[in-house]
Amino acid sequence: MLKKRIIPCLDIKDGQTVKGVNFVDIRSAGDPIELAKRYVQEGADELVFLDITATIEGRKTFAELVKKISKEINIPFTVGGGISSVEDARKLLEAGADKISVNSAAVKNPTLVEELSTEFGNQFLVVAMDAGLIDDEWKVFVKGGREATELDVLKWAKKVEDLGAGEILLTSMQHDGTKGGFAIELTNQLTDLLTIPVIASGGAGSKEHFSDVFQQTKATGALAASVFHFGEIPIPELKEYLRSKNLDIRL
Amino acid sequence: MVAVVKYNAGNIRSVVNALDRLGVESTLTDNPTELKSADKVIFPGVGEASSAMKYLEERGLDEVLKSLTQPFLGICLGMQLMCEYSSENDTKCLGIFDETVRRFPKEGIVPHMGWNNFISHSGVLFEGISALDSMYFVHSFFVEVGPDSIATTDYILPFSSGLQKENYYGVQFHPEKSADVGQQLLKNFLDL
Repeated sequence: MLKKRIIPCLDIKDGQTVKGVNFVDIRSAGDPIELAKRYVQEGADELVFLDITATIEGRKTFAELVKKISKEINIPFTVGGGISSVEDARKLLEAGADKISVNSAAVKNPTLVEELSTEFGNQFLVVAMDAGLIDDEWKVFVKGGREATELDVLKWAKKVEDLGAGEILLTSMQHDGTKGGFAIELTNQLTDLLTIPVIASGGAGSKEHFSDVFQQTKATGALAASVFHFGEIPIPELKEYLRSKNLDIRL
Repeated sequence: MVAVVKYNAGNIRSVVNALDRLGVESTLTDNPTELKSADKVIFPGVGEASSAMKYLEERGLDEVLKSLTQPFLGICLGMQLMCEYSSENDTKCLGIFDETVRRFPKEGIVPHMGWNNFISHSGVLFEGISALDSMYFVHSFFVEVGPDSIATTDYILPFSSGLQKENYYGVQFHPEKSADVGQQLLKNFLDL
């Protein structure tokens, strides 16, 4: 049986992790490689590295980092942040990324999804979308959630699936940071509509939130950042808990 | 020396990196002489079947790969290309294995992406690996279960996650991305 994936997300700026971490036995909390290795050891099923650097120099640093990650880490990882062309994607593929994720650039230029999928295959392409409620309707937000668009989340998701996305990373801005649980209803609407895998993100605050999203939706993965970084939910404990709920989890 | 077949497929570097982590020297090559003289050959790849076969045929590599006698391991698309035929763009493949490659039925979530374990598995390639151990899969096409199957996995339906015929081995999952168990499988292959 296919296992449900637990996916920690690391925000990177100028080659360093941004959010604080409190693993006592990590020498440098800001070193993404050390943190990633720690997650691999703990049983993370996949990793996401999000480059939030805005400078050209920072982007080069990120590509160098991807190379190092690929050498050191023996599980799959996705990289995202600022990818807006086939050339950007190729650099990261050649650096060793297993998948890339695009967000704002795809909204601005939907053909990019088709171009990336044709060039590298849909298994390489994750489309990330930030969903926010406006007048009770789920709309796509861009620029790190700062700017609303007219796009309906479900229609946009269907469109990128048709254009060749291999996976959707759905973040509910309504839930993100609340630690009140994942967006169950929206995730269900999305998985009912799509045939590609959906990863739920935003709102994780307890182990129960993970079992809820896996038991109540068809999401095949759940992504979180701070609950892992701050050690609030140790991954081994989480996986043990999910197994006790009869969910298929990698040993 | 381990030769890794260089062709127009993605993510070949990961295999080289995995060999580096095992302390094994490898060379990424499409040179027939180097491929023939290598102790082991690994044929990795993520991509599309017809363009990969076209690339191999244009360089005469199809004939080279079919006639090797040392242990040979195809990974993911590599394994699919070793089969008789792929329905991905109606492609005649290398024909090392008798099996055929088909697309997963539409009623499931495709690609099959993530960690999955085995219904059955046997042979030296899987030594020290339990049926409950998971490997990382990413694919929309699968190899049917047939006489060359040495491992099977369930996703929507049972499919071949491992194949073997004489010196030729193939795995659908990515051992280079499958943590310590994947590393064990690569080690088993290198020890052949």
